[in-house]
Amino acid sequence: MSAVRAAFHPRSASAFDIERIRADFPILQLKIDGLPLVYLDNAASSQMPQSVIDRLVRYQTSEHANINRAVHYLSETATSAYEAARRKLQHFINAREEREVIFTSGTTDAINLVMHGYGRKFIKAGDEIILTTLEHHSNIVPWQMLAEEKGARIRVVPINDAGELLIDDYENLFNERTRFVGVMHVSNALGTVNPVKKMVAIAHARGVPVLLDGAQAVPHLQVDVQDLDCDFYAFSGHKLCGPTGIGVLYGKAALLEAMQPFKGGGDMIMSVSFEKTTYNTIPHKFEAGTPPIAAAIGLGAAVDYLSAIGMNAIAEHEGKLLNYATEQMKHMAGVRIIGTAAEKAAVLSFTVDGVHPHDVGTLLNQEGVAVRTGHHCAQPVMQRFKVPATSRASFAFYNSMAEVDALITGIRSVQKVFA
Amino acid sequence: MADYRALYQEVILDHNRKPRNYGTLEHASHHAVGHNPLCGDHITVALNLKLDPECGECIDGIAFQGESCAICKASASMMTLAVKGKTRTDAETLIQEFLAMATGKLDLDSPNHIGRLAVFAGVRDLPTRVKCAILPWHTLHAAFNSVASASTEAAEDPMHAPIGNA
Repeated sequence: MSAVRAAFHPRSASAFDIERIRADFPILQLKIDGLPLVYLDNAASSQMPQSVIDRLVRYQTSEHANINRAVHYLSETATSAYEAARRKLQHFINAREEREVIFTSGTTDAINLVMHGYGRKFIKAGDEIILTTLEHHSNIVPWQMLAEEKGARIRVVPINDAGELLIDDYENLFNERTRFVGVMHVSNALGTVNPVKKMVAIAHARGVPVLLDGAQAVPHLQVDVQDLDCDFYAFSGHKLCGPTGIGVLYGKAALLEAMQPFKGGGDMIMSVSFEKTTYNTIPHKFEAGTPPIAAAIGLGAAVDYLSAIGMNAIAEHEGKLLNYATEQMKHMAGVRIIGTAAEKAAVLSFTVDGVHPHDVGTLLNQEGVAVRTGHHCAQPVMQRFKVPATSRASFAFYNSMAEVDALITGIRSVQKVFA
Repeated sequence: MADYRALYQEVILDHNRKPRNYGTLEHASHHAVGHNPLCGDHITVALNLKLDPECGECIDGIAFQGESCAICKASASMMTLAVKGKTRTDAETLIQEFLAMATGKLDLDSPNHIGRLAVFAGVRDLPTRVKCAILPWHTLHAAFNSVASASTEAAEDPMHAPIGNA
């Protein structure tokens, strides 16, 4: 609803109306033990605006049937809504063609698709795959499985003490054996925004394709896959104000066509006999079985909502939240910020001297403040900074400056308990 | 909802600050390492079992060390105080009672040996923190049985099976 309102009354970045935006999210009205919810775990999963909830309800109430099958009214309606969602996602990331947008169950599924579809076909014994220290486990483990199966080798780009990739080291890792590069666009554990456009160019100069894990980038930055020139781009719906169980793999059409299917089944075939099966064209080749139709349509509504606000306005507001929180935390005795890259998205990982992150998390929860504590599925990053875990506050555009204050007050009371 | 502050009582904070029996044990007869893969925490429990002609195997000495949160460290510290000097059988009973308490299955009003350990009863309302409190006890159980490594997670780990009815 507000997406429609906003579409008719486009607001400029300076007119970013935080109260009106917060009113779009019913869950933000929750009280935790009598205290207002301060939701700062957006890097794990974001919340859903009423317009997306309404879209899901409308779909289930009056549009649902299986897609790409029957000729009846509901099937036509559902198919057209599902394909409309694909076009919305295409425009959201500026893909050249809609068939380059494959619906997956999430980022992990998308990366596994590339590993099975591209990696298992084109990567051979002795080949090398470049990853980075910052990667989420979902962009490490699939490649380790492939490396083990094929006898390939994984090379890792190191980071500096600020949590930035060492680009000279990255460049030096390339050799005649390098076949693939996997890099996260924005670090979920530290917030570092990696220079991925430059990294893609370096790889392409050597004829090596690049997969970008955009799970933490798409919710916070304007992403243009043609400008980045990446070969694959993966992200999740539930970090983007959409439902769980849906994500996107963008791939350049020529690469997707050259790849082998990942999952076999209905919808991904042209014809099947026991003698020979012909695969469907992209994107259907990679969408075996009944997809999460409702979730895809919901994600389409989510990007409508975000586009109406504007990704640049979102990035600007989140930048203010990050700067405000960083400035305060920087001056707190006994608090260490992990990840101080020059280019950062709104993620603030920190440790409190003498207090284990799990204790920080439990005590902050007592103040209504939801943060993530743990290794953030990025154990190599934790090892690099020699900490077992961190606490992480991750902001979304619907967070307010007052919520940053609640976080800082909460950390002070944690310190008081452990004084 | 639970009063979380109740969990961080002074006695727990004190054991976190000054853990008792912290360190290594010379000539330990049994030891085990416990892992909580959810957070990467790990603790080592080492103990010396002495055969007593009257009451059988007796815990002559015990020590622990490792990286963990306050709940886990205090639980380990208080565990060492509770079982030191006890027979293996009595310690095994206490392990079962502690696990039952942490998972909300122990009636604290019925006869038990929990005593001061009742300060951990609050974790039953914090499912994500139960594992922190029980890790030392799983590790002690593993040490008794000479299982090299305990875990609160791994399915193939012998510790995955519930101890007793806890």
